[in-house]
Amino acid sequence: MSEDPRFGLARHVSLPGPLRLDGGVLLSPVEIAYETYGTLNADASNAILLCHALTGDQHVASAHPVTGKPGWWVRMVGPGKPIDPERHFIVCANVLGSCMGSSGPATINPATGAPWGMSFPVITIRDMVRAQAMLLDHLGIETLQAVVGGSMGGMQAVSWPATFPERVRAAVVIASTARHTAQNIAFHEVGRQAVMADPKWRGGAYYEAGDPPAAGLAVARMAAHITYLSEAGLTEKFGRRLQARPDRPDGAISFGFDADFQIESYLRHQGISFVDRFDANSYLYITRAMDYFDLAGEHGGQLANAFRATKARFCLVSFDTDWLYPTAESRAIVHALNAAGAPVSFVELSSPYGHDAFLLEAPEMNRVVNGFLRAGE
Amino acid sequence: MTDLRPDLAIIAEHVAPGTRILDVGCGDGALMAALRDTKRVDARGLELDAGNVAAAVSRGLSVIQGDADVDLAEYPQASFDYAILSQTLQTAKRPDVVLDHLLRVGRQAFVSFPNFAHWRVRMSLLLGGRMPVTRLLPERWYDTPNIHHVTIDDFRSFVGERGIAVEGAWFLSGDKRTGTAAANIFAEHAVFLLRKPN
Repeated sequence: MSEDPRFGLARHVSLPGPLRLDGGVLLSPVEIAYETYGTLNADASNAILLCHALTGDQHVASAHPVTGKPGWWVRMVGPGKPIDPERHFIVCANVLGSCMGSSGPATINPATGAPWGMSFPVITIRDMVRAQAMLLDHLGIETLQAVVGGSMGGMQAVSWPATFPERVRAAVVIASTARHTAQNIAFHEVGRQAVMADPKWRGGAYYEAGDPPAAGLAVARMAAHITYLSEAGLTEKFGRRLQARPDRPDGAISFGFDADFQIESYLRHQGISFVDRFDANSYLYITRAMDYFDLAGEHGGQLANAFRATKARFCLVSFDTDWLYPTAESRAIVHALNAAGAPVSFVELSSPYGHDAFLLEAPEMNRVVNGFLRAGE
Repeated sequence: MTDLRPDLAIIAEHVAPGTRILDVGCGDGALMAALRDTKRVDARGLELDAGNVAAAVSRGLSVIQGDADVDLAEYPQASFDYAILSQTLQTAKRPDVVLDHLLRVGRQAFVSFPNFAHWRVRMSLLLGGRMPVTRLLPERWYDTPNIHHVTIDDFRSFVGERGIAVEGAWFLSGDKRTGTAAANIFAEHAVFLLRKPN
């Protein structure tokens, strides 16, 4: 099995498709970059699909090729962790529309031989899920032991049993929601407008010049990053502390517009480092997919209807300081699952770190996910 | 099931195998786990405390964090064979509403509660002149979660007025079962099995 070229780190496959997108377009071929960890057992019953967030990627537990940083969820995935390659066959794929090797605006449109840019079809969360299902077909996995994701990954995780009721036995949905609210859409629109206001964006056709709209994308990232943190967390980490300068180690107010405050410097750094690893057009497409997400809307306006056909077990986790996808959003999913009679566990955990808490050290979250997954083994 | 708290052991004994239950205020899921393991019961739980929920979920149980006063309303009618409320009635803001929901979502309901008319409680108040602090009610007046103390006779008249049928009643004193006679004085703890009037 280990010799199988389909399995391992840094895999890529071009599937003929076509994939019928929610927008009506037939996408072909469908490029998917992915990684697998662990060994698929003989009856292919130990597969866990991990779904990444907006700016995440397939490197869930391996070093990022650009930044060299450890995988984005090594606290959850790895030997001795709740999701363990010793027991599980773990699959993580770059989502459709992203820029780490899967089909997206930065990949080549076979019809033109040039990057898609803004001619790439608008996609939805459900399209991402359908592309993942195509990948599972390719890997020989009919049914998932579990699908697990946080934030936008949670949107995919909660969509999985709704879209493929027979193909998933359990779903773990962390710090997520069944729909984007007006406030969620509003923040994303700020980000998109920042990208599109950058003259270097050129209607999305910036690939040839090799000069992307870095300033616009950095501002988009700065605005979004604020929503991932809590007010209390920001106060604890930065307060009103001033940024050190060569001549003033304690910092000083400049009576100008330098990054006087540490929080300004931090956000600028977040913005600048983001543009090195992310494509501005992908940011537009994926935020759009999230804004379109409304699982109830896909099922006649009743969220419970999304879950009537599935026998999957569900586990939801929210964090008390997450104001991007607050606990009430998780509760709405829980209530719908109860109404549908689905087995569901839910806990709101306490953390000072806001939405980002699910990516950080959270022993209680690990304990819950571990127990939930083991109950299905 | 011998490790169960005595009131839970009584409930566990009388739940029919293979049924569907909702344990409201399920704590760390001890009763649910026992029912799942010994009676193939499909158990769901509702619990306020996040630490307890984490403990219950980590033993493989389906438990959601929530408040009986608020979240019971979200469960569909008659979706369980039994709804169970153990040592939680007296902590509810509106025990009457909680009980209504209990008998709405469950075809039958088990309710257990500490008896505030137990002789030790009576003596404590009568002689001490202070709010009683006993083995089953260990908190003081200001930090107790028990905001609606109830006696066995109160409960009987409450369900009687509402036409709720009592299909079983068990009493405990010092963790041992005790008789029905003068239970309102001699029982520290009561377990009732109820059914809504048709």
